[in-house]
Amino acid sequence: MTAFEINGRRTESQSAPDTPLLWVIRDDLRLTGTKFGCGIGQCGACTVHLDGVAVRSCQLPLSAVEGKRVTTIEGLSSNGDHPLQEAWIEEQVPQCGYCQSGQLMSAAALLSEKPHPTDDDIDDAMSGNICRCGTYQRIRRAVHRAAGGGA
Amino acid sequence: MTAIELNRREFVRSGVAAGAGLTLAIHLPACARPGDAGVATTPFKPNAWLRISTDGATTVIVDKSEMGQGVLTSLPQMIMEELDGDWSRIRIEPAPVDPAYNNTFYNIQATGGSTSVRSSMQSLREAGAKARAMLVSAAAVDWGVDPSGCHTESGYVVETDGRRRKSYGDLAEAAATMPVPESVELKDPRDFKLIGKPIARLDVADKVTGSAGFGIDADSEGMLVAVVARCPSFGGKVASYDDQAALTVPGVRQVVEIESGIAVVADGYWPATQGRRALEITWDRGAMEGVSSETIAKKFKALARGAGVVARDEGNAARALGRAAKRIEAEYQVPYLAHATMEPMNCSASVTPGKCTLWAPTQFQSGLRMIGAQITGLPEEAVEVNTTLLGGGFGRRFEMDFAAEAVQLSQAISRPVKVIWSREDDTGHDFYRPAAYNRLGAGLDSAGDPVAWTHRIVGPSIMTRLSALFGPLPDGLDSTSVEGAADMPYGIENIHCDWVHADVGVPVGFWRSVGHSQNAFVTECFIDEVAGAAGRDPYEFRRGLLAESPRHLGALELAATKAGWGGPLPDGRARGIAVAESFGSYVAEVAEVSLENGIPRVHRVVCAIDCGVHVNPDIIAAQMESGIVYGLTAALYGEITIDNGGAREGNFDSYQMLRIQEMPEVEVHIVQSTEGPGGVGEPGTPPIAPAVVNALAALTGERIRKLPIVA
Repeated sequence: MTAFEINGRRTESQSAPDTPLLWVIRDDLRLTGTKFGCGIGQCGACTVHLDGVAVRSCQLPLSAVEGKRVTTIEGLSSNGDHPLQEAWIEEQVPQCGYCQSGQLMSAAALLSEKPHPTDDDIDDAMSGNICRCGTYQRIRRAVHRAAGGGA
Repeated sequence: MTAIELNRREFVRSGVAAGAGLTLAIHLPACARPGDAGVATTPFKPNAWLRISTDGATTVIVDKSEMGQGVLTSLPQMIMEELDGDWSRIRIEPAPVDPAYNNTFYNIQATGGSTSVRSSMQSLREAGAKARAMLVSAAAVDWGVDPSGCHTESGYVVETDGRRRKSYGDLAEAAATMPVPESVELKDPRDFKLIGKPIARLDVADKVTGSAGFGIDADSEGMLVAVVARCPSFGGKVASYDDQAALTVPGVRQVVEIESGIAVVADGYWPATQGRRALEITWDRGAMEGVSSETIAKKFKALARGAGVVARDEGNAARALGRAAKRIEAEYQVPYLAHATMEPMNCSASVTPGKCTLWAPTQFQSGLRMIGAQITGLPEEAVEVNTTLLGGGFGRRFEMDFAAEAVQLSQAISRPVKVIWSREDDTGHDFYRPAAYNRLGAGLDSAGDPVAWTHRIVGPSIMTRLSALFGPLPDGLDSTSVEGAADMPYGIENIHCDWVHADVGVPVGFWRSVGHSQNAFVTECFIDEVAGAAGRDPYEFRRGLLAESPRHLGALELAATKAGWGGPLPDGRARGIAVAESFGSYVAEVAEVSLENGIPRVHRVVCAIDCGVHVNPDIIAAQMESGIVYGLTAALYGEITIDNGGAREGNFDSYQMLRIQEMPEVEVHIVQSTEGPGGVGEPGTPPIAPAVVNALAALTGERIRKLPIVA
């Protein structure tokens, strides 16, 4: 039994303690916005926040979240109105969209740490998130827009 | 259309009757207002693509799979343009599988070949226009006026010289009783309000909240999850296996042998993978045992000495080459490539005694219906295909292998099941972009003008593998192996291009831009070499040979101009250029590169596309950005190495992807054109590899003739 908070709500999971958080989120909690892409922490599709810090949920065993706060894309904002979500729409970032939950969670962690990131900051924070549709240029613009720097 | 309506009703009914509540967590965008779903009925269903409710909500049924290329927006744009519908009241819905939705280019229900807009522009515009005509007729009858005295605007029929107006919702019931017009006049492009406009995509809102439903998100009460252990060598089989340890893993329910390997069925993906790890399997690697990239390359080279199937023959290239004042010869090689969609392959299926239901991220609905029927023995009408959003397609999801596994497994265990591939499964069991070996020759006369061009291509054949679907190769030639080579655009008097089929057992398939992906690299690099041998500027040299190919020329000149071709550059940088036609569109790209610690860095790409009449310029720009990244990733890093008959690469640590810090600044320019529409999903990809390699050659003087660049 592992107890933790998910998107502001307390939950308990019966899954084996070595189960990666990703599969607890997807298969047990049925929150499917967090995506599976590689299973080895290489693509960032599974990015969530653990106590506000971006982590790869495919690499985090359930036992490591005991008593902690987990935020998924579903909990990023109440109405899809996080400044990054709005900027993502403004810049028409998503194509297939599969990686975008992870991209947004990485970007949100970046902005909470550095409200006005430089291009290098964006590279550092976002280099772990692969997008096969090649939306990187729009992601960069959208992060700047959300940070209030325009496009 | 009755058949389709029946299917949908059946689906709803069966979902209720089953009680199990088969639901798919797919959310498609609907700009619906609160209350839309209330008392409104939907009496007006003029054709397969449109439904108008009494409250004015307009549902557009999209028959192409959304894999990022924007069809959920661009196809509705074409219908709504002619309907004069209210864009803010649009809902979109994926089409069921039905011949009514067959791709007009292929006569199968499939998304591929960059055909979505160009194959359906006429039919979708007509569908919208006919519905509009019926709404106008209904209003005209109601008002006792001639239809010519009415016009439409954004969801209303308006009496042109009067004050009466009626909403499409209010007219829906009456419109349904009007005859469907035989023919209908389409709008003058000058009057377009939606076509040609950068309308915001309808699918992005759900894609930023995590609510968009992909195949991997399909769910139903009681659905189990399975992973499959497949033979590491292509075409190999299970010799024997022991599942005792696997069955002791908590959460594992069953181990079942299916055609592709050993499936472990569990309560979730994680226990399934743990169970798979515990399997002990002895494989019979079959005919591919011992086959490697080295043995394949040797076979290609040996075959290059034999006879080829002629793809193009003009003049007498061999003689002209023999007599040329200067001869240039080169060998070019490209590797196998995996698709690496972000969403790994997966499919969900529920097989019951009378029904086979699929939830599939698929590019090929009628193919899945066919194999669903073949596997279960049910009639095709009993196979339902629910198309989810696709987390990337790139041609991989045209294949049916991942769906066949789900159907076989659900039938075997009599439960709904979702088969999920790991990233390693996905990379290791792909239908790869064919590797190829090319030998080229060119001759210059004493003035430095090209007089001969010869190109021999040796490689595997996609269409031979797919001959059961598409029939035997016409004249023994696989057009997908020579596209972009046989039709290279330069005006040279003597041209010979031929192809040698090398069947080496590695599964090959459609990979974004197919044959163009390698042939543009080969021909556009070699023409650069020929320009160099002639002592000419590669851009001016191309221009001089494109008099008969004005659309190539137009794209080339636009890209060169916007890139400032010939203008100053920072120290240590160089430009390269390439142009290619594919899927009805003409794309030129200029890449600006440098070397950073010996690794190529692409700083900027200027892209010009002539895709004829265009529907959504922002989606086109996005597709160019996307195609460029896809092609650049492959050019820099992409290689599937064959080792003992299988793929050596597995995950993203060994099969490298371009990341944000390597992203060039991409600038897209669209040629204004009234030509028929061309594709946009793929044509951005072919020119990038040669543009970058040509830039590197300009920078270093070294010519790269084998991909990937970073070996």
